[in-house]
Amino acid sequence: MSVPIFLLLAVLTVASALVIVIHRNPIYSALGLVSTLFLMALLFVGLEAHMVAVLQIIIYAGAIVVLFLFVIMLLNLQVEERETVSRPLIGAAVAGGLALGLLVLLGIGLTPLAPPAPVQPGYGGTQPLAERLFTAYLLPFELTSLLLLVAIVGAVVVGKRQA
Amino acid sequence: MGVTPISWYLALSGVLFAIGTVGVLTRRNLIVIFMAIELLLNAVNLSFVALARSLGSMDGQVIVFFVLAVAAAEAAVGLAILLQLYRLRETLNADEVTTLRW
Repeated sequence: MSVPIFLLLAVLTVASALVIVIHRNPIYSALGLVSTLFLMALLFVGLEAHMVAVLQIIIYAGAIVVLFLFVIMLLNLQVEERETVSRPLIGAAVAGGLALGLLVLLGIGLTPLAPPAPVQPGYGGTQPLAERLFTAYLLPFELTSLLLLVAIVGAVVVGKRQA
Repeated sequence: MGVTPISWYLALSGVLFAIGTVGVLTRRNLIVIFMAIELLLNAVNLSFVALARSLGSMDGQVIVFFVLAVAAAEAAVGLAILLQLYRLRETLNADEVTTLRW
């Protein structure tokens, strides 16, 4: 991905992430989440992770955010009560966030990183991903299916009305 | 203009992680806290994909696949808990739900 396109995407991503964190109305936060996830899928395409980008849009932007919006609308939350966090606490959190960001940037700046290796044809497609998934990562893959089953049962049991 | 260096992607990932952390610390609405956690997971995903590209290996992308699955499970169970909490307490403010606080 060329530098100007990356910078444009990066600025837009950071802006929509800020919308999630700052906006008072949770519906706007959810829409900021959708746009952040879409922009990140574009960044994934720039990193030649095509399959992951498609999965990101289908699972995250398609399924998870819809779940969020369902809950927000079900609970009728569009009028948000005032946030009760005190001002010094917000200042401390923002200072901590800035310190964290600077620390990460410092670490990245100090770490020499080899230029990206040339990739084989088909890198990031369905086939190489599936090959890794069903050979080296077979056990975690099966455990993931178990995790999802437990999550489904748990969500139903927790979510149903007590008799 | 050449290709964007991998470290820029890592820097963007770090900035997004910091924004998500500030969100978790400052917001009191539990749904928004949840969204900030999703943002944290995604920032880490970006790191994984960028480093996978840097090493020319697919393993990082496979990990992202697992992170997606875990995030889906977490969202399903977490939102069910939030629904039940709202039924019981009529609030989603993290400061008013302190029964488990020591």
